[in-house]
Amino acid sequence: MQALYAQLLVGLINGSFYALLSLGLAVIFGMLNIINFAHGALYMMGAFVAYFLLNLGGINYWWALLIAPIVVGVFGMILERTMLQWLAGLDHLYGLLLTFGIALIVQGVFQNYFGSSGLPYSIPDQLKGGVNLGFMFLPVYRGWVVIFSLVVCLATWFLIEKTQLGAYLRAATENPTLVRAFGINVPRMITLTYGLGVGLAALAGVLSAPINQVRPLMGADLIIVVFAVVVIGGMGSIMGSIITGFALGVIEGLTKYFYPEASNTVVFVLMVVVLLVKPTGLTGRAA
Amino acid sequence: MKNTISALLLGTAMALSVASIASADDKVVKIGVLSDQSGLYADLAGPGSTLAAQMAIEDSGLKAKGWTIDLISGDHQNKPDIGTTIARQWFDVDKVDTIVDVPNSGVALAVNNVVKEKNGVYINSGAATSDLTNAQCSPNTVHWTYDTYMLAHATGQALVKAGGDTWFFLTADYAFGAALERDTTAVVLANGGKVVGSVKHPLNTADFSSFLLQAQASKAKIIGLANAGGDTTNSIKQAAEFGIVKGGQKLAALLLFLTDVKAIGLETAQGLNFTETFYWDLNDNTRAFSKRFSEKMKSGAPPTMVQAGVYAGLMHYFKALEALGGNPHDGAKVVAKMKTIPTDDPLFGKGEVEANGRVTHDAYLFEVKKPSESKGPWDFYKLVGTVPGNQAFTPLDKSTCALLKK
Repeated sequence: MQALYAQLLVGLINGSFYALLSLGLAVIFGMLNIINFAHGALYMMGAFVAYFLLNLGGINYWWALLIAPIVVGVFGMILERTMLQWLAGLDHLYGLLLTFGIALIVQGVFQNYFGSSGLPYSIPDQLKGGVNLGFMFLPVYRGWVVIFSLVVCLATWFLIEKTQLGAYLRAATENPTLVRAFGINVPRMITLTYGLGVGLAALAGVLSAPINQVRPLMGADLIIVVFAVVVIGGMGSIMGSIITGFALGVIEGLTKYFYPEASNTVVFVLMVVVLLVKPTGLTGRAA
Repeated sequence: MKNTISALLLGTAMALSVASIASADDKVVKIGVLSDQSGLYADLAGPGSTLAAQMAIEDSGLKAKGWTIDLISGDHQNKPDIGTTIARQWFDVDKVDTIVDVPNSGVALAVNNVVKEKNGVYINSGAATSDLTNAQCSPNTVHWTYDTYMLAHATGQALVKAGGDTWFFLTADYAFGAALERDTTAVVLANGGKVVGSVKHPLNTADFSSFLLQAQASKAKIIGLANAGGDTTNSIKQAAEFGIVKGGQKLAALLLFLTDVKAIGLETAQGLNFTETFYWDLNDNTRAFSKRFSEKMKSGAPPTMVQAGVYAGLMHYFKALEALGGNPHDGAKVVAKMKTIPTDDPLFGKGEVEANGRVTHDAYLFEVKKPSESKGPWDFYKLVGTVPGNQAFTPLDKSTCALLKK
């Protein structure tokens, strides 16, 4: 039983990465109708920016949490301005192919310069060590990741669902022409939204840098699972993707305990089941 | 009459030209470096293996003796089906004679069958499974650098003798992990130890915390990492995070490469014991080679043992070609020749290619240095022991290779 508690907690930790990443995807899909396949690559870039800040500029983890999402977010906005915006109104497939291509290029460039085995990034001193919870030894850093990402997820949800700005955004998605008639700069809003989604990915990248290696392929390994999370939660649903992210982390954690061989397929089995029973996802509305 | 003569002349000319092409063909070989070029093993093999092969071709001096040696490389992406498809295409279309490297035991065993079927030469450096020279041995295969039997015996024995008598395994869920766990278990049991449990994780796993918690709960003295590359580095890093080593359990990295230590960082990796058959800073010969090698590597990295094995394996292959004098296309014949010549190269020293295809050379027990002991960017290892070549690998009377029963 003790072991089970430990696995549940570990599942929550992984779930927080799934939640942060799928949230970014959901925001981008919900507001821009783009299936952002470059998300994994941008997550990786976030981790690399943190690495560069520390090793070239001597800037620590805490600043990286702020700077990396901004740097990568600006990169994302440039992508949106120069490429993605021309695909507005076209079939989803075009956006998917374009972002997939971008992901491959970005990964290829990083792999060319940094190889595949990764670079070390150590846990900040303030978060080193761990606490003995009785049923498990919880590294402080992992606990921090769960709490921090939960706060960020809820803040994002609040921003989009409960504020004036969020209301503009949702309205702009629904009927851009009408919203423009009210004097709101819709293209700029869309660019900023893409920047926000991308920034969330970069933030997840910084959070994961001390746990995993900073590797060019770190995003590629994760992105497929995250897409499954978004599909299960319902494309474009903000709260759905947060809850599904955490829930799937837990389910995956339990699988690692009961039948580890299936731990990297269980998410996809669930995805198939959900698609068969409820094709719009658990919380999704019909398109 | 005139027509007949000219026809005869033409025929003779054609026959001559065919003959001359045939004799020129005699000294042409094509080598394919089949590796993981972009995945988790790309740094320890990959492009560095191709570079090592190029250096072997240059250093062999065969070109000056009239040989033409072509080199191509391919990416098997750690998938056995892709590996065999490339191998078949190389033999059937590109007329490749020899395949080298092939890390990833799953791919290596699959390619082993193709090379045997096509009667090519197979010099494996990257893969670990000892099955290549046991149950699945082949007259076309030479297994150069290391194998699971050697890793299990050198590292496993040393740790059990030092008091680590209960083991829990974290095993990569494919041919390599299974072979390494099997061989290490045998050593642990033979030395009076006990295996209290194991868990199989998928290849290329990012998060090991679930598995590490199970290992922690097992209370085993030693946690044996029967995995490689990125999986090993992640296991070690996260074990430190969960306080496993501080809690009194010891990690046994059964297979650790130079590039892995670089990725983990000395701070976390210090004190780990493991076995390799090559290290760049062993002696003057290895330093000289490594200097030339790292100057040509984009990352400036010195060679790993796998890359060194590609070089040494090809150098030995070239010796066999020279001894044969030409006609290098009968793979089994070339490998038979390689087995008759004792191995002796600057990187691995003296040894031999045994009848089952296993190459023997010394193996070294290393310990990762403390950050304060390291004097340069790749100064990572401290030599703590040497296992002589004739004791490091499967003894021939214990090998299950069918070639030995003739």
